[in-house]
Amino acid sequence: MRQDPLIPMIGQVTNIRVDTPDVKTFRVVGLDGKKPFVHIPGQCAMLSIPGVGEALFSITSSPTEPDFIEFSIKKCGCVTAWLHAMEPGQQVTIRGPYGNGFPVDTDFAGKDLLFIAGGIGLAPLHSVINYCRHYRSRYGKIDIVYGSRSKQDLVDFEEILNVWCKEDGINVHLTIDREQPDWDGHVGFVPNYVKELGFDTNKTVVMCGPPVMIKFTLAGLMELGFAREQVYTTMELKMKCALGKCGRCNIGSKYVCKDGPVFRFDQLDALPDEY
Amino acid sequence: MKKLPRNQLDSLFAALSGLQKLYIPSDDASGQAKFTVYEPGMTLTKNLNTVRSAKDLFFPQVENLMGFKVTGKQLELIETRDVTEPFVLFGVRACDCRSFEILDKVFLAEPVDTYYQTRRENGLIVSMACTRPEETCFCAAFDIDPAAPAGDVSCWMDEENLYWQANTEKGETLTAGLSMLADCDAEAVESQQAATREIMQKLPLASLDLSAFGAGKTKELFSRPEWNQLSEACLGCGTCTFVCPTCQCYDIQEFNNGKTVRRFRCWDSCMYSDFTRMSAGQPRPTQLERFRQRFMHKLVYFPDNNKGCFSCVGCGRCLAKCPIHMNIVKVIKTLGEGTK
Repeated sequence: MRQDPLIPMIGQVTNIRVDTPDVKTFRVVGLDGKKPFVHIPGQCAMLSIPGVGEALFSITSSPTEPDFIEFSIKKCGCVTAWLHAMEPGQQVTIRGPYGNGFPVDTDFAGKDLLFIAGGIGLAPLHSVINYCRHYRSRYGKIDIVYGSRSKQDLVDFEEILNVWCKEDGINVHLTIDREQPDWDGHVGFVPNYVKELGFDTNKTVVMCGPPVMIKFTLAGLMELGFAREQVYTTMELKMKCALGKCGRCNIGSKYVCKDGPVFRFDQLDALPDEY
Repeated sequence: MKKLPRNQLDSLFAALSGLQKLYIPSDDASGQAKFTVYEPGMTLTKNLNTVRSAKDLFFPQVENLMGFKVTGKQLELIETRDVTEPFVLFGVRACDCRSFEILDKVFLAEPVDTYYQTRRENGLIVSMACTRPEETCFCAAFDIDPAAPAGDVSCWMDEENLYWQANTEKGETLTAGLSMLADCDAEAVESQQAATREIMQKLPLASLDLSAFGAGKTKELFSRPEWNQLSEACLGCGTCTFVCPTCQCYDIQEFNNGKTVRRFRCWDSCMYSDFTRMSAGQPRPTQLERFRQRFMHKLVYFPDNNKGCFSCVGCGRCLAKCPIHMNIVKVIKTLGEGTK
C-alpha cells in the first residue's frame, strides 16, 4: 500500500483506566506490541475509530515511557464517547506525532518550573512533568498547582498522591472548587490559589486548562510580576489533517497543528484573538 | 514556436487524446464551460473561462483516501487510492496556471500530500493566452500576464492559427510527437500580446491597489470595523470557495457500508459554521469571523507563510458567482481605501 501522511497505522488499546467520572486513560501500542512512535512532551496524535471519526489528542504519557503511549481523554463529543464505551483489545488507528511540543531540552533546561493545570488540562502537562521527573537533574525546583471541580475529578490522582507528592524537590498544590467531606486540602479556584501561593518570578510557567482559568490565572501571574515570555500554554482547535493543509486550525497565520500546539503568551499576543 | 491552422484543431486533439486522456474547456448542454474529456466532434468553448476552476483535476471535489475492513475489534487497512493516469489539460488560462503554483505551496510542502502529488506528476498543462479579458478580470494585480500564460506548453490563438510553445521538458517531449505542428516565428503572437496588454490597462480593475495587504498586515487589518459591513449580507453559501482556483481547505469524512469504511476527503469551506465547530467550542461564532478568515487568509496569512505570495489569482469567478455580489475586490477596495 502506498504511504501518505494521512494514512494511519493500526494500533491496539491494551489498557483502559478510569480516572474520573468523565476521563479515561487509554494505553495504545502498535500491532507489534511496541510503542507506535517517539514523541516530544506536548505533541499530539490523531486517533480514530473508522466509521466514527478521527480526532486529535495530546499525548499524556512521557516519551521516557519505553513500551506504550497513553492518552487521557475526557468524554465530550462523538469520538470521545465511542472511545469511552470501548473495551481493551479494541484496535484503533493512530498517526503522529504532530506539533512542536514543549522546549523541554532547550528553554526549560536548568529552570525552576511551575505547572498550572485545571481539570483535563493536566493531560498534556502530565507528559512534561514525567519527562522532567525522569531527567530530574536537568531542571530546578518543580511546583505543580492542579485544581478540579471535585476530588473525584482530579485526573491521575493516585499517581499524584503516591509518586509526585513523595518526591524531593517537587511541590504539589492541589485544590478543588467546593468543600467536600473526604477532602482536607485546599478549596478554591486555581487563579486565586496561584496568587495565594505567591510564587517568585524566576520560574518558567506551563499552563493548561479551561479558557476562563487561563484568563484569570494569567492575569494573576502578571500581578505577581511574571512576564508573558515566561508562560507557556498549549492550544486546541478543530483539525482534520494535522499537517497544516486542511485549513481550519489557524490563529492568524499560525497553524495550531504544526506551528503549535505549544505557544508562549507573548507569541499568542502577536496573533489575532480568535481561539 | 510552432503553429497549426485552426481548422486542423481536431487533428491535434485527436492526436493528443490518442496519447493520453485529454481535457478541453467545452460547453455543456446548458452552455456552461467546463473541462471535459475530449471526444471527437467536441469543440472549444467560446467562454473566456470555465465556470469551475481547473483545480478539480489535481484536487478533486471528492477523493478516496483509504478504507478499513472492520471485523469485531480488529481493523485492516485497505488501499482505495484512485488510479491516476497521465493526462493533458488543454486550454488553461494564465490565472488558473498560477493557481497550481499556489496549491503546490500547500500540498507539496512537507509532509507532501501524495494524492495531489501523483495527479500533478501525471498532468501536463497546455495553457491558452487570453485575448478578450473581461471586466471581472484582475489577474494583473497579482503580476499575472494573461497574454503569456505558464504551463508545460503555452498556446495562443488568432483567427487563423493556433500557436504552440513548449516550456518544459515534459512539453518538449509531447511536442516532438505532434507532426501536424509546423515551425513558425513569434510575430503574430507578439502583436496579439501587445493588443491584449493594451486591453488589460483599460479594464475597470486594472489599477486595483494591493499595497494595504500582504505579509505582516494582520494587526492593521484584523480588527477593522469595515468587516462588519462587508460580511453583513454574506449568506455563508460557500460558492466563492468552491469556484475559487486557490481555495484548498478540505474535510475528511467516512462512508460506512457495514462491512468496510471508506475514508474520503472532500472540499470544505471556511464560510461554514461547522468548519471550526468542536465539542469544546466555536472560535469563529458568526459569519463575520468566517468571512474575515477567508479574505485574511488570501491576502495576509498566506503571504505571511509564503514569501508574500497572495492566495488569489484574480480570475474573477467569485465576482461573477456570489449571490449577494460581495467579493474580494470589494474587500480590497474597502479596506484599502480605509487605510489611506
